[in-house]
Amino acid sequence: MKILIPVDEQIKDTDVCMSFGRAPYYLMYNTEDFSYEFIKNTGAASQGGAGIQAAQLVVDSQAEVLLTPRCGKNAADIILGAGMKVYKTLNPSVQYNIKEFLEGRLNPLTEIHPGYHNHGGN
Amino acid sequence: MKIAVLSGKGGTGKTLLALNLASVADKASYLDCDVEEPNGHLFLKPKIQFVEPVEVKMPRINEEKCTGCRKCIDFCRFNALAYVNHSIKVFEDVCHSCGGCTLVCPENAITERNKTIGKIEKGLSENVKVSTGILNIGEASGVPIVKQLIESEASNDELVIIDAPPGSACIVMESIKDADYCVLVAEPTIFGTQNLSMVHELVELFKIPFGVVLNKCLNHDNPAENYCNDHKISIIGKIDYSQELAALSSRGELVSRTNTHYQTLFKTILNRIVEEVAYETTSRT
Repeated sequence: MKILIPVDEQIKDTDVCMSFGRAPYYLMYNTEDFSYEFIKNTGAASQGGAGIQAAQLVVDSQAEVLLTPRCGKNAADIILGAGMKVYKTLNPSVQYNIKEFLEGRLNPLTEIHPGYHNHGGN
Repeated sequence: MKIAVLSGKGGTGKTLLALNLASVADKASYLDCDVEEPNGHLFLKPKIQFVEPVEVKMPRINEEKCTGCRKCIDFCRFNALAYVNHSIKVFEDVCHSCGGCTLVCPENAITERNKTIGKIEKGLSENVKVSTGILNIGEASGVPIVKQLIESEASNDELVIIDAPPGSACIVMESIKDADYCVLVAEPTIFGTQNLSMVHELVELFKIPFGVVLNKCLNHDNPAENYCNDHKISIIGKIDYSQELAALSSRGELVSRTNTHYQTLFKTILNRIVEEVAYETTSRT
């Protein structure tokens, strides 16, 4: 199984990124061979619709599970629509959240925020 | 002649000034471009003559023709499209109706449909033609409404007063871009001055002649006035702070129609604007 997490940096002990859509990277952990892979979020700096572009990337990665602190409505429409499961991370530690998930202790992400579009007067 | 009234923040007196400038003119058109919360009609109380819908184009995908090549997704700079479960999903709140996806689709699988996002109400209030832009609740952008409002009064023969939305974002730019003159309304506070500097930067960028009206003036140092002096901006009018004016406005009274003092004050400001526009026109040619 492949697990995807938005992260701040392209290093193994990086933190979970507080933003889903504007995370600079996604870490993909493969539970079968314990391998890590980083996917660059090419839409992190987009003017708008970053969550949509990120969700497309996530869905295309073929991962089955997303662990994230939060997720906007548009991104959730794509990710849940594609049949991926989304769980809420508990703290910034990537390792801790993977472990908690594999032991069945993470809860599905239920609060989907309406997005932060147009804030800042655009 | 098109005169736009704008300010960096809400509550400075844009609507007060715009309404009264329109009402002291012999004949004028008042366009309420503050489409998220238009309130000019509360003072002008126009008799509505007709209502026109404002529509935008939204992509419609023909699933049978779509091959999933994703050219439309790659093209869309607003990220309004995604490909999930072998079909294209359109995010209408993000779409800017540019029509680009219909052009790049090699299969002609994308056509456009109309979506109503709001309306324009047109009516008459004595000497003032009143047009009010109204954005439907939940819609993301009122820019298409402002565009249609301004196009509907495209004739240059009459005096058009544009009541712009607050701030300096896209919708304000759309409101002022065809204006012959901009009036910036400012409050006598440091916060008000900061907001004045934002719209000042905007009108400089658009190279539109402009002047400032200082509102709510008190008998002490006015940071907005200092800003104007420092930047050599012409102050075309001053409105003193007045509880009476606030009380009249809170009752929906259009002060220049009921009070001779204010009628004279706004008439003087309007004349000054007309002079400035005439000067700009001759000095440019």
